[in-house]
Amino acid sequence: MKISVQTQDFDVSAELAQMRATNPAIGAVVNFVGLVRDRNDGQDIRTMELEHYPGMTEKSLQMIAQQAQLRWNLIDTLIIHRVGLLQPLDQIVMVAAASAHRGEAFAACEFMMDYLKTEAPFWKKESTAEGERWVDARESDSQAVNKWGSLHTDNADASIDQE
Amino acid sequence: MKIQLKFFASVREKLGSSGELLELDGSVKTAQQVRQLLMTRGDMWAEVLAPSRALRMAYNQQMVNGEVQLQDGGELAFFPPVTGG
Repeated sequence: MKISVQTQDFDVSAELAQMRATNPAIGAVVNFVGLVRDRNDGQDIRTMELEHYPGMTEKSLQMIAQQAQLRWNLIDTLIIHRVGLLQPLDQIVMVAAASAHRGEAFAACEFMMDYLKTEAPFWKKESTAEGERWVDARESDSQAVNKWGSLHTDNADASIDQE
Repeated sequence: MKIQLKFFASVREKLGSSGELLELDGSVKTAQQVRQLLMTRGDMWAEVLAPSRALRMAYNQQMVNGEVQLQDGGELAFFPPVTGG
């Protein structure tokens, strides 16, 4: 399992090569890469600043990868998330799952990404021609994570949104 | 008891603080009670922590609801819904 929160960019090909090299039982690797788009909510994006909660972020990503390994028969998992100042075209996040067959890797990759979107303490702030703005959480992300059911943790409960 | 408060993202910016060490008397025992206590500071505190606000709380770096019981030396964080990925 690899978990990394970093300011520097990552090389998807090198990361996947490293993952493949660890175990000849791996028959499938599925990966997702998230990028900074040049437009959001009708405005051009100049830069994007990613803030996080040092300490909790790493624990949270580790918990998400562990949950994926409990649900599916995975050989390896990887989550890399960048923080700091990014620009359109930049890579933000990489999630990968390796298993013997594709079905489990596909599902685990989507699961980890859906949970990361709603559980991992990262916040995006966009800079546009009209100034800076914090990105609002999307209802579609909450819906995406609901299909997986709840995580098996001691006291995690995200249902405190009182709006 | 004393707990470490932490604020992130828009909450941090609006409060003008990334955190503080808070001394609590015996009557304040849960995260929700700390939220209510901080709201009595008025102005931006009352606005940012208002019950109508979408706000997340983490205790000792794990997402929690307001009922969580606090311990001396604990770390309680307030932040908006997350937007990573």
